[in-house]
Amino acid sequence: MYELLKNLDRRWIFLMMLLAVLIPLLLQWTFPEKISPLTRNTFAEIERLQPGDKVLLSFDYDPSSEGELSPMATSFVYHAAKRGAKLYFMALWPVGPQMVEEKIRQVIRTEFPDLKYGEDYVNLGYKSGYEGVIKVIVTDIRQLYTTDSHGNNIDSIPMMRGVRSLQDMDLIVSVSAGYAGAKEWVMYAKSAYPDKFNVIAGCTGVQAPPLLPYIPRQLPGLVAAIKGAAEYESLLGDQYGLKGNPRYEEGLRRMGPQLVAHLLMIALIIAGNVVYFIGRRKEQAR
Amino acid sequence: MKKETIIWLVILIVAGGYLVMRAASGRMTHEYVRDVQVQAGGQTWITRASATPTEYRDAVRADSGQTTVHLSLPRTIGVWVAALLTLFIFSFLYRDNPLYKFAESVFIGVSAAYWMVVGFHNVIVPNLLGNLFPGFINATLMPGLSPTHSNAYWWVYFAPLILGVMLLWRLAPAGQWIARWPLALFIGIFAGLRLVQFIQADFLNQINNAIVPLVDMHPGSGGVGSGSSGATGFDTLGTLRNLIMVLGTLCCVSYFFFSFEHKGFVGKTARVGIWILMITFGAMFGYTVMGRITLFAARLEFLFDDWLWMYDPTGQRALSAAVPMLWVW
Repeated sequence: MYELLKNLDRRWIFLMMLLAVLIPLLLQWTFPEKISPLTRNTFAEIERLQPGDKVLLSFDYDPSSEGELSPMATSFVYHAAKRGAKLYFMALWPVGPQMVEEKIRQVIRTEFPDLKYGEDYVNLGYKSGYEGVIKVIVTDIRQLYTTDSHGNNIDSIPMMRGVRSLQDMDLIVSVSAGYAGAKEWVMYAKSAYPDKFNVIAGCTGVQAPPLLPYIPRQLPGLVAAIKGAAEYESLLGDQYGLKGNPRYEEGLRRMGPQLVAHLLMIALIIAGNVVYFIGRRKEQAR
Repeated sequence: MKKETIIWLVILIVAGGYLVMRAASGRMTHEYVRDVQVQAGGQTWITRASATPTEYRDAVRADSGQTTVHLSLPRTIGVWVAALLTLFIFSFLYRDNPLYKFAESVFIGVSAAYWMVVGFHNVIVPNLLGNLFPGFINATLMPGLSPTHSNAYWWVYFAPLILGVMLLWRLAPAGQWIARWPLALFIGIFAGLRLVQFIQADFLNQINNAIVPLVDMHPGSGGVGSGSSGATGFDTLGTLRNLIMVLGTLCCVSYFFFSFEHKGFVGKTARVGIWILMITFGAMFGYTVMGRITLFAARLEFLFDDWLWMYDPTGQRALSAAVPMLWVW
């Protein structure tokens, strides 16, 4: 057994991981989620919105992290639209506008067909410049956004009337995969104007630990990785009767493979350590 | 022929035959679209929105001659290309190979081209050319933009135009030093911008965040560690959390304090600091593993749901709307 584990080809581990993820996925194993305070606080921030409040949703991600961030983006859009907020979409990543269009099609046109483009929601699109974009639009949106993502003049969009800068927003939500993303929103928007609006975020697992020091004063809510997304879906399901609706349980579905794959990882780490210590003892005995 | 080559050849032939059979029997990706008429600015045109196989089936059932919902060949081919490129990338797990190299090169090329086009259309056209030549841009590239100068100081935009041209000088065979001037300007601006925001957000605000009561008399706590609403009381968990946070921060900072040798009291606190840092790195590793597994699961969902139609969690397809998981071999 020792020799087998010591000389195990890494490709067998890849195969085991494939099965560990694929089987629960196909069998659609889901588990109840225990809601963390971080997710609960994020939910409360959107739940606090009143009809007509302005929410800026910045989709700072692309297809490479869509698997992790798409479920929480869906939940944020559904939740904010359900609260009757005006939705201003934008992106700090070049492919972000496509992610926005996908959510508009998937959530707004399907669940809220009465909402009108330009009156209830708008896709402002992408601007290059990373944190420079935030730095500019926090005082004057029109300096950068002269049109929306479809090329319509920004002054011809009804819901842009009276919106001069980010300071007119009631809440900023960043769905973030890295630089530029949630950290930049905290640094260049929230920290610069702490009393004007709140910033909440949904982020990838890699990005979550560096964002934790900002909680709760600079970042009152954070949905961290797919676990956070699944928790958010649970809350949304309980509050708005979405339980059992597969379109709003994408995160929950991906938690089944997580459990099995993590068990495999733990088993592999233990096995690796056992092999290492046995090998060291054998060498010392020689 | 090597034994390994024969095994792979057999696997590929079996898999290829299976794919051909599935595709021929119609039990594999078919992307449908719905024609949607759009009216704006006195003009009418047709756009195409995605439709599910169930919607297509219902439309055909209602009217067998309808053409509103129909098969989209480009989108179907797109799914095939995406699936094959995914498999090419996965093939690296077995061994580096030409298929992986091909997929990698396609990804890099497409990404670079996409960034360039998006940058031109979303920034250079509306923000630079639109400010300098609004009439021309309105008439040619972006009819939504105002045809007149909206800013009295529009000529200021010649500065970024000149700086941009100077930056591109780097590609010229001579005079490459010209590109250093705009580069120096950008570095200076970003360094200044970042310095100020780091001091504000990551230094001063983090000090502020670390100032917490070591004995937490939580205003909503009903007593020792109860956490229930009621009168002000001692919050055990809150106190413990604050103590760990403050002492942990001090220990970690002491590890990076190199003015004294790390021995005695300083050495012990620095050692605690290392442990806390290790726990943090462990948490980061855990989060990273979770993220990677999610991405892998999402890719498998794409392959088995969108491409192979082997499972259907969202009930997009007629047959699998009744059967949650479909294994048709």
